[in-house]
Amino acid sequence: MLFRDRIAATKPLVFALCLLPFAHLVWDAMHGTLGPDPVAQLEHRSGDWALRLLLATLAITPLRKLTGWHKLIRFRRMLGLFAFFYVSVHLLIYLFVDLGGYWADIFEQIAKKPYITVGFAAWLLLIPLALTSTQAMMRRLGRNWQRLHRVAYLIALLGVLHYFWLVKADHREPALYLCTWIVLMLARLRVRSRPADEPRRVAARLKI
Amino acid sequence: MRRDQPTHLPQSCITPEPVYRRRRELLQLLGLGAAALAAGCGSEAAAPQAAAPEAKLPDKSLAVASHVDDANGEAQTTYADATHYNNFYEFGTNKSDPAAHSARFVAHPWSVEIAGLAEKTGRFTLEDILKGQALEERVYRMRCVEAWSMVIPWAGFPLADLLKRFKPLASAKYVAFTTVERPAQMPGLAYPILDWPYREGLRIDEAMHSLTLLAVGMYGRELPNQNGAPLRLVVPWKYGFKGIKSIVKIEFVERQPRTTWNLMAADEYGFYANVNPAVDHPRWSQKTERRIAGTGFNLFGNRIETLPFNGYAEQVAHLYAGMDLRKNF
Repeated sequence: MLFRDRIAATKPLVFALCLLPFAHLVWDAMHGTLGPDPVAQLEHRSGDWALRLLLATLAITPLRKLTGWHKLIRFRRMLGLFAFFYVSVHLLIYLFVDLGGYWADIFEQIAKKPYITVGFAAWLLLIPLALTSTQAMMRRLGRNWQRLHRVAYLIALLGVLHYFWLVKADHREPALYLCTWIVLMLARLRVRSRPADEPRRVAARLKI
Repeated sequence: MRRDQPTHLPQSCITPEPVYRRRRELLQLLGLGAAALAAGCGSEAAAPQAAAPEAKLPDKSLAVASHVDDANGEAQTTYADATHYNNFYEFGTNKSDPAAHSARFVAHPWSVEIAGLAEKTGRFTLEDILKGQALEERVYRMRCVEAWSMVIPWAGFPLADLLKRFKPLASAKYVAFTTVERPAQMPGLAYPILDWPYREGLRIDEAMHSLTLLAVGMYGRELPNQNGAPLRLVVPWKYGFKGIKSIVKIEFVERQPRTTWNLMAADEYGFYANVNPAVDHPRWSQKTERRIAGTGFNLFGNRIETLPFNGYAEQVAHLYAGMDLRKNF
């Protein structure tokens, strides 16, 4: 059999789904169908998907508790890495397509403009998480791995703030992301308060 | 810039290519409709395929008496982009909302109330306002406070010409403008995002400046609904939000009027709102801007430096002599 189990068989599908928004973006950019302000479209769409995937990654644990489908955890790393991918694409578009010849302005922006500061901080904080996402690093870091990766909640919050602070007046959409984050955070707290559900034991049973 | 000697150009020289393309598309659609009818399936139900849900763009050509390029010959934004990338929150807060949700807006008939400190006041129809007024075409840069910009050929006349007809009193130090408020035709008004109706204002000398335009058209056509039909303000050296759309009231006042974005966040949007690369918006830089001109293929190299007073410093800087523009932003 080609795949170890059903999860392993589903992974390429999830991978392709995660890549779809990026492919769509590249397609639109190549065909000039991004509308009057193509640069803003690239930024907004890559940013939207970065946020969605960050929140989706955080939703895995509560969803496992809710549905009892513990195998969901095997998609978490992929979603997290795709979140990192979209944040990076978002940053690269800002730097090289939007700022372009004025790319050096980013240093001033990071220092002076809060929404850029938190956005850039979120990307920086994602780097160690991406680097320690391998099985070998999980084993090496042991208990510290989980502590380190709780930073994902902070990163998602920074991402939401980044969106909130750049909007001029209509905060309905960023508010939706903020609500999602709060709900996930509350779910997380509830999960942690139940000692019987020790995630590490579950993880050990699933050999991940 | 040669304000005194306008160049006379035939209409066809200034109608950008996309307009022609759009006309051709329209013709093609008409052709398709005719073909459908001929095939016996041109029922009402089949027709909506051809009818776009968004507002029909005006095709009536405006007669303009003169043409002046006040944008240094810089490439004009395409008509399609200038009519599909708009900030007109009364129709929604996305840039595509005004084009998508302004079809129900009725711009004719129209009247404007002239009020306040002037010898002559009252309600005047758009026809009254336009009577005897030669329309000029002027190509201006338009710089949005969000750090993007366009180059647009407006059709209109100096606001000063209109204001003088009402003989403002010496006590009239400012001019206040109000946008129409029609919840049934403007879906964005359902949300209290801004303190409706939209209001803007100018100091009287700014209002009387020869660059300050009351526009009734763009690209040789009447203003589309999404661009502020049938009457809007264009003040090229100020951020775009000063260019109030669909004006229903002009009032001469003694004190600086309250203006919408300034009420919303006074530290971010000043009353003057002169384009100034040296004074950043608190949340983003104003040093450079992304020029929206050309096509979607043009991803790179759109960023240009923002000029003081949007490049109109020579004509308007004297209005602010002795003022601290960091404080009066």
